[in-house]
Amino acid sequence: MPGKSDISCGYVHKPHNLMCGDSCNEKGCQGKDENSQKVFVHPISDRVRKLSYSVTEYKIIRRKVDFVRPIVKFENCRILRGHTLVKDDFWISGSNIVDPEDLFFNQKMMPDKVIDCEGAIIAPGFIDVQINGGFGVDFAYDISRVEEAVVTVAKGVLAHGVTSFCPTLVSSMPEVYEKVLPFLKKREGGMHGAEVLGAHVEGPFINEEKKGAHDPATMQNFSKGLESVKDVYKHLDAVCIITLAPELPNAVGVCRQLTDAGIIVSVGHSMASIAEGEEAVKNGAAFITHLFNAMLPFHHRDPGLVGLLASEKIPEGRTIYYGIIADGNHTHPATTRIAYRAYPKGIVLVTDACSAMGLSEGVYHIGQQVIEVKGTKAYVKGTTTLAGSVATMISCIHYFWKTTSCSIVEALEAATLHPALLLNIDDRKGTLDFGTDADFVILNPNNLDVQSTWIAGKRVYEKASFKPDV
Amino acid sequence: MRLLILNDETEVATWAAKYVAKRVRDFNPTAENPFVLGLPTGGTPLGMYKKLVELHKNGKVSFKYVITFNMDEYVGLPQDHPESYHHYMWSNFFKHVDIQPQNVHILNGNADNLVAECERYEQEISKVGGVDLFVGGIGPDGHVAFNEPGSSLVSRTRVKTLAHDTIIANARFFDNDLTKVPKQALTVGVGTVMDAREVMILITGAHKAFALYKAIEEGVNHMWTVSAFQQHPRTIMICDEDATLELKVKTVKYFKNLWGVHSKLVEDPVNV
Repeated sequence: MPGKSDISCGYVHKPHNLMCGDSCNEKGCQGKDENSQKVFVHPISDRVRKLSYSVTEYKIIRRKVDFVRPIVKFENCRILRGHTLVKDDFWISGSNIVDPEDLFFNQKMMPDKVIDCEGAIIAPGFIDVQINGGFGVDFAYDISRVEEAVVTVAKGVLAHGVTSFCPTLVSSMPEVYEKVLPFLKKREGGMHGAEVLGAHVEGPFINEEKKGAHDPATMQNFSKGLESVKDVYKHLDAVCIITLAPELPNAVGVCRQLTDAGIIVSVGHSMASIAEGEEAVKNGAAFITHLFNAMLPFHHRDPGLVGLLASEKIPEGRTIYYGIIADGNHTHPATTRIAYRAYPKGIVLVTDACSAMGLSEGVYHIGQQVIEVKGTKAYVKGTTTLAGSVATMISCIHYFWKTTSCSIVEALEAATLHPALLLNIDDRKGTLDFGTDADFVILNPNNLDVQSTWIAGKRVYEKASFKPDV
Repeated sequence: MRLLILNDETEVATWAAKYVAKRVRDFNPTAENPFVLGLPTGGTPLGMYKKLVELHKNGKVSFKYVITFNMDEYVGLPQDHPESYHHYMWSNFFKHVDIQPQNVHILNGNADNLVAECERYEQEISKVGGVDLFVGGIGPDGHVAFNEPGSSLVSRTRVKTLAHDTIIANARFFDNDLTKVPKQALTVGVGTVMDAREVMILITGAHKAFALYKAIEEGVNHMWTVSAFQQHPRTIMICDEDATLELKVKTVKYFKNLWGVHSKLVEDPVNV
């Protein structure tokens, strides 16, 4: 009895799970070219999560959303989905990314508008979890004009592909937090600017010996445990991420309490040993603030916080994320490569941008200090201490892509999926899965330049020379 | 019954696509008078779909006023599962052409009442005046749609339980786990396809050769359900050389000599 595996009618002949998005190729339909879609697969095999369309791992996320008009179909594009760039159409409905099959078969709906992307790449909008300011304003310095500062930065980063961010405050006096934090609460994005995900408070519970550009007069300790934290920040509800030094007395207990309260704990500005870092991670710490910067240098007998990238004591199933300022200044290219190759799934690109980001050379303010921008570097004035970067998110992606020779997918995920996973918001941001927020960027496929930025399904930025008529 | 013998599966795909396109064009469908097309899934028709998409993109055929009915669908498989026929049709055909979603019909294998779903399907076909052209393929055991050997040759749309060897063969698409393979399917009946005004069957590959022999050189037999189409007034079977391996030389020569007649079937003054 012959098997029925190749029955032409009624039974599938070959797994067609890889053919989504495939169409007739340019050479004509040869009937033998079913898997000809251009897919870029991660070079590092352990990073390759199964394709969303894999049969064995049928896990594509399909959150149901209400379909609202307008329904827009983007065609002639490659989209970042399921850890690959797949040649497929991209559909949005209202403020959500939607599943066109559901739309077609169940809602019987057609697109209201079709946009030809001319071969561009569509990626999730970038998420910056560490940005002190930019475009001439600084959240911790311009305390009387914080609202204006948030609006300025939220609007300014759109051109660099950022659709959501954590405005970051360097170590400051309690009165600064009291005044500023209420303005850094979560707020939706839109035409007015990128979404605010909540504040990243970097310090003041840090080690003075690794203060970096932070003002030593602001340093605090956990003498009263979590109460100290509440006393200093006043508005914990506005806080998304707290950078602290885990070796401070009572820090581990605070890590646990903050994590339980839904706040992301990051370790940094610290003299911690690897053991102290591991203890913090076991108690919820999920992030390392600007890896290599403001921490003990790697030592082979005790690698310090850097050693967390290869620690065997990270709880199973957990990923420890680490911020990298890929501006070519804060970490040597070789250092970036060492971190990335040791632990690719944890990398999160951050700009750590200061008020000079987006500005030309000159003297600016960060916190209560004066900094000077020379070339692509920003120094504490009169010293050689780096005071934050002037890099934009897209320039970090470009630099990271180039310096590590990673795939486009990996470079983009370091600024999208990874920060979303870090913040536990991957159910709505950081991917192009169905049902997530329609926050995305359209990128030039050759040089990854941002051609347009979209938030909640609306185009909020467009490069002047971007041709497609939308 | 016509039998068209072409060199390989690529030629079969191209010819089949051109034939469908020409039928649609000659019909000149409108909103009031749409063309009704029956469609298969599986490996054999993939090439035809690709070619049809190409013809559509080159402006040679429009599906705007074409109503489609698919042959079958698994029971209990989520509609968006990569192996569902909904997903197959979307990925390989519907998303690439100008077909209207309200004109597409695929059996719902997740319906609460499967029997009612099958009855509804038959009514939908009747409502639009029957199928103008039903395209199908066959299995190595000569089945058409999910009409396994032994199916009634006058069967209508219904629930069918898959043969055990079919479930084993399909396991490779479901993580090699027999428990994940759908055990039932909804399928149009042999009678449903027989009611179409025209039937086109695609047969390619040496592994289908015995089935083709049973289909055309032996008598009508419910153990080889495709043989029923010997009694259809307008059936065209399209095969490649490999599929003729079990046929008599006489049969092959006879049909090959008719090439002059058959080649005209896809000729079009507007150059499809």
